[in-house]
Amino acid sequence: MVVISDILVQGVQMLLVLLLAPLLTGFVRKIKARLLRRRGASVFQPYRDLLRLLRKEVVLADNASWLFRVTPYITFAAIWVAAALVPTFATGLLFNWTADLIAIVALLGSARFFLALAGMDVGTSFGGIGSSREVMIAALAEPAMLLIVFCMALVAGSTQLSTVANFLASSYVGLRVSLGMALIALIMVALAENARIPVDNPATHLELTMVHEAMVLEYSGRHLAMIEFGAFLQLLLYISLIACVFVPWKIALFGTGPLAYAIGAGAYIVKLAVAGFLLALFETATAKMRVFRIPQFLGAALMLGLLGTLLLFVSRSF
Amino acid sequence: MSSVLAVSAVTLQMSCVAALLGIAILAIVLSRSHRASAVIYGATSVVCLIAMLGSLYWLIGGNTNASGVTLPIGLPWLGAHFRLDALASFFLVVVDLGGAAASLYGLGYGRHDPAPHRVLPFFPAFLAGMNLVVMADDAFSYLLCWEFMSLASWALVMAHHREPGNARAGYVYLVMASFGTLALLLAFGLLAGPTGDYGFAAIRAAQHTPYVATLALILMLLGAGSKAGLVPLHVWLPLAHPAAPSHVSALMSGVMTKVAIYGFIRVVFDLLGQPTWSASVIVLFLGGLTAVMGILYAMMEKDLKRLLAYSTIENVGIIFVSLGLALAFQANGLKLAAALAFTAALFHVLNHSFFKSLLFFGAGAVLTSTGERDMDKLGGLIHRMPFTSFAFLVGCVAISALPPFNGFVSEWLIFQAVLQSPELPQWALKIMVPAVGALLALAAALAAACFVKAFGVTFLGRPRGAAAETAGEVDRYSLSAMFILAAFCLLAGILPGPVIDALSPISIAILDGRMPIQANEAWLSIAPIAESRSSYNGLLVLVFITVSASLANFFIHRFASHALRRGPAWGCGFSDSTPAAQYSAESFAQPIRRVFGTLVFHARDHVEMPAPGDTRPARLRIELHDPIWEGIYAPTAGAIGFAANRFNNLQFLTIRRYLSLVFATLVTLLLVLAIWS
Repeated sequence: MVVISDILVQGVQMLLVLLLAPLLTGFVRKIKARLLRRRGASVFQPYRDLLRLLRKEVVLADNASWLFRVTPYITFAAIWVAAALVPTFATGLLFNWTADLIAIVALLGSARFFLALAGMDVGTSFGGIGSSREVMIAALAEPAMLLIVFCMALVAGSTQLSTVANFLASSYVGLRVSLGMALIALIMVALAENARIPVDNPATHLELTMVHEAMVLEYSGRHLAMIEFGAFLQLLLYISLIACVFVPWKIALFGTGPLAYAIGAGAYIVKLAVAGFLLALFETATAKMRVFRIPQFLGAALMLGLLGTLLLFVSRSF
Repeated sequence: MSSVLAVSAVTLQMSCVAALLGIAILAIVLSRSHRASAVIYGATSVVCLIAMLGSLYWLIGGNTNASGVTLPIGLPWLGAHFRLDALASFFLVVVDLGGAAASLYGLGYGRHDPAPHRVLPFFPAFLAGMNLVVMADDAFSYLLCWEFMSLASWALVMAHHREPGNARAGYVYLVMASFGTLALLLAFGLLAGPTGDYGFAAIRAAQHTPYVATLALILMLLGAGSKAGLVPLHVWLPLAHPAAPSHVSALMSGVMTKVAIYGFIRVVFDLLGQPTWSASVIVLFLGGLTAVMGILYAMMEKDLKRLLAYSTIENVGIIFVSLGLALAFQANGLKLAAALAFTAALFHVLNHSFFKSLLFFGAGAVLTSTGERDMDKLGGLIHRMPFTSFAFLVGCVAISALPPFNGFVSEWLIFQAVLQSPELPQWALKIMVPAVGALLALAAALAAACFVKAFGVTFLGRPRGAAAETAGEVDRYSLSAMFILAAFCLLAGILPGPVIDALSPISIAILDGRMPIQANEAWLSIAPIAESRSSYNGLLVLVFITVSASLANFFIHRFASHALRRGPAWGCGFSDSTPAAQYSAESFAQPIRRVFGTLVFHARDHVEMPAPGDTRPARLRIELHDPIWEGIYAPTAGAIGFAANRFNNLQFLTIRRYLSLVFATLVTLLLVLAIWS
C-alpha cells in the first residue's frame, strides 16, 4: 500500500513536470511580450506548437543517420528522468535516491552530448557551428555546476537533492556567504544551459550567434517537438532546482499526506511563476553577449562556485 | 585449502606467462607462414583468458593470504620472487582481459598487417612482460620485467618503422623509457638501503625515514609517471601509442599505463608504509595538471589515434588525483575516505582499460577500412560502418563520464571522495582539494566536448574524402572484440556494486580499510558512505531512460503523424556545395581553442586574406605551441647537445693529456673523500 502511494506520488511528479513545462515557457514568453508592450501569444501557445509539430510530417535530410532519429527520444528521456528526480512539491520521493545531484547534472550532460552529435550528423556548417559552441559553453558551465553542487553538498552534508532540500528547509541555516555565491553562480549556469539571454537567444532562428537553435536546425515535425519539449522541461528543471534548494518554503516533506502535498504543489506553482517573471524581466533588460564573451560570464560563475566551495572547506561556518 | 588454492593460482599465472613466452618463440618460427597470425592470436587470447579467469577467481574468492614462488634465476643470492596478492590479481585481470580482447581483435586486424613477422613475436612477449611486472616480488625482477615490457612494446612501436614519424616516436620512447627506468632503479636502490635487500617483503618490513620515503615517492612519480604519461613526462606517449598497430595501441594505452600505475601503488601505498600528507600534495597537483592538459591536447588534435592517446593522459591524471586523495586521507587516518578514493582509482583503472581499448579498436577499424587516421579526411562512416560506429559511440559515451555507463561511476566516486576532504586537517590540502576537484570537473566536461568532436567528425556528417566514401565494415573478430568491451562498459556502469565489493580485498590489504559492503544496498544501488549522503543506481537510471524513451516513442507513434520524407539538408536554405565546407576537427575545436588555447598553447589564428581583385583563396593558418615540449624538452635537448659537443673534444686527446686527466680526477676524488669524512 505504502509502495503504491509512493509510486503514485512519483508518477504525479513526473506528469506534473510534463504538464507544467510548456506552460512555464508560455508564461515567460507572455511576460516578455507584455514587457515589450506587445500583446503576445497566449500562455498556452507552446502546447499548440507541440501539437502542431506532432501532426506535421518529418523532413529528414538525405544523409541523416539513425543517431539523428533516436536523439530526440534520448535527450527527451534523459531530461525527463532528471526532471523527475528534482523535488518539486515534495522531497523524498520514491526514486530520489536513484541519482544524486551529480548524476542529475550528468544526465543533462548526456542529453547535450547526443544533441551535439545530432547537430553534426547531417554535415551542414550550421549544425557544426551550433555543436561546437554548445560544447564550449558546456565545457565551462558543467564544472561551474559541479562546484555549485559541491557547495550545496558541503553545506548539507549530502549530494542527495532531497536531503539537501530537507536540510535547508527544516533547520535554521541562516544566511551563508557561500550559498549566496552558489545561488548567483547557479543562476548564471541556468541561463547558459537553457540557452537564454544573455548567452543565447531562444527566440531567433536566423542569427549567426545562435547556438542551441543552430544545432537543432535540421529537425522537423515530431522530432523537433520532442527536442522543444526537452528544452521546456530543462527550464522547468533548473527553476525547480533553484526553488527546492534556495527557497524550499512549504515544500512537503515525504509522507506528510495529501494536504501537505497540495500546499507544496500550490507553493511550487507560485515559485515557478515568480521565477518565470524574474527571468522574463531579466531577459528584457539585458542584451545578448557576443559568443566569446560567454567564457568570461561562465568563468565568473565557475570562480564564484570555487570561491563558495573554498570558503566551505576553509571554514564550515560561512 | 586457501593456501593450496593460492599456490596453485600463482603457479597457474606463471604457467600462463610461460605459455605466452612459448607462443612468442613459436611466432618467430612460424612468422613467415600465412596462418601464423591466426594461430598466434588465437593461442594468445586463450592463454590470456585462462590467466584472466584464474586471477579473477582468486580475487573474488576472497582469500587474503598471498603466496609466491621463487625461481632460481636473477641475482644469485636472491632468486626471482613472484607473488600473487589481491592488488596483483586485480591488475592481472586488467592486463589479461585487455590482452584477450586485443588478441581477439588481432585475429581480424592482424590479417591486414603488411609485416606480421614484426608484430607477432613481440605481442605475446609484451603481454608476458606485463604479467610478470605485476607479479614481481623483488626489485631486481621487477626492474628486469619492466625493461622487458618496455623493450617489447618498443619493438611493437617500431613494427611499421618506415612510416613517417614512427622512427622519431620510437627514439623518444626509448629515451623516456630509459629515463623512467633510471628513476625506478634509484627508487629501489634507496628503498633497499645499504644492506641491499631487494625483496619486497624486506622493503615492506623496513622502516623508512621520511626523507627517504619522500625521495622514493618523487622517484616513483618520475619512473612510473613517465610510463603512465604523467604531465610533463608524457611527451613520448602521444607519439608512440598511435605509431603501434591498433591492437597494440589499445594494450599500451589501456593496459601498460595501468601497469605503471600498479608500480606506483605497489611502492607508494604498499612498500613505503604510512604516507605523509605532503606527499599527497605533489600527487594531487600533478594529477590535476595531467587531467586538464591531457584533454586540452586531445581537443587540439585531429589525428584520431593521437587524440585517444592524449585522452589516456587525461585519464591517468584522474587516476592519480584519486590516488593522491587516498594518500591524503590515509596520512590522516581517515580510513573510510581513503578506501573510497582508492577504490575509485582502481575502478577507473578498470573502466579506462575497457573503453580505451574499445576506442583504439574502433580507430583501428577505421584505419583498416579507410587507411586514414586524420579525422579531417573522414566523415559519414556511421552509414558505411554501422557496427563499428555503434561500439565506438558506446566508448565515447563511457569515456565522457555520462550515465549510465561505467566512466560516470568512477568519476562519481572520485567526486564523492573530494566531498570527504573538508575532514582533512591540513590547510594546504583544504585549499588544494577543491581546486583539484574543479580541475577534474573541467577535465570531465572537456572530455565530453572532445569525444563529441572525435565521434562527430569521424563518423557523422558527409564523407570528406574518397577513402571515407568507399569504406566498408570490418571483420567479425574485430567487431566481436569491440562489442564485448562495449558490453563490459555498460555492465560495469549499471552494476557497480559487485565491482566495488570485488575491489574491497585490495583496499583491506593495502589501506586496512574498506568501503561499506554494496551488496547490502537495496536494488543494486551504490552508497559510498551512507545512503543519506549519496547514492547512485545505474541500473535504475538505465531502466528509467529506456522506459521514458519508449513511452515517448509509443505515444508519438500512436498519436502523432507517421509521415517522413527524405529531402536535401535544409541548412537555412543554404546548401554547402562541398563536404569540405563542413565543420572539421580543427574548426570544431576553435571555440575551445580560443577560450583555453590562447592561454595554454599560445594559439593564434592567422588569416591570409588576398587583396581585393586577387583570385587566390583566403587561407587560415593555426599556430599552436606545445608549452611543455618547447619549455622543457627542447631546451634540455639543446643543453645536452651543447654539452656533448663541448665534451666531444675529449675524444681526440694525446695519451699524455689523458693520463693527466686521469690523475687530476683521482686527486679530486681523493680530496672530496678527505673533506667529506
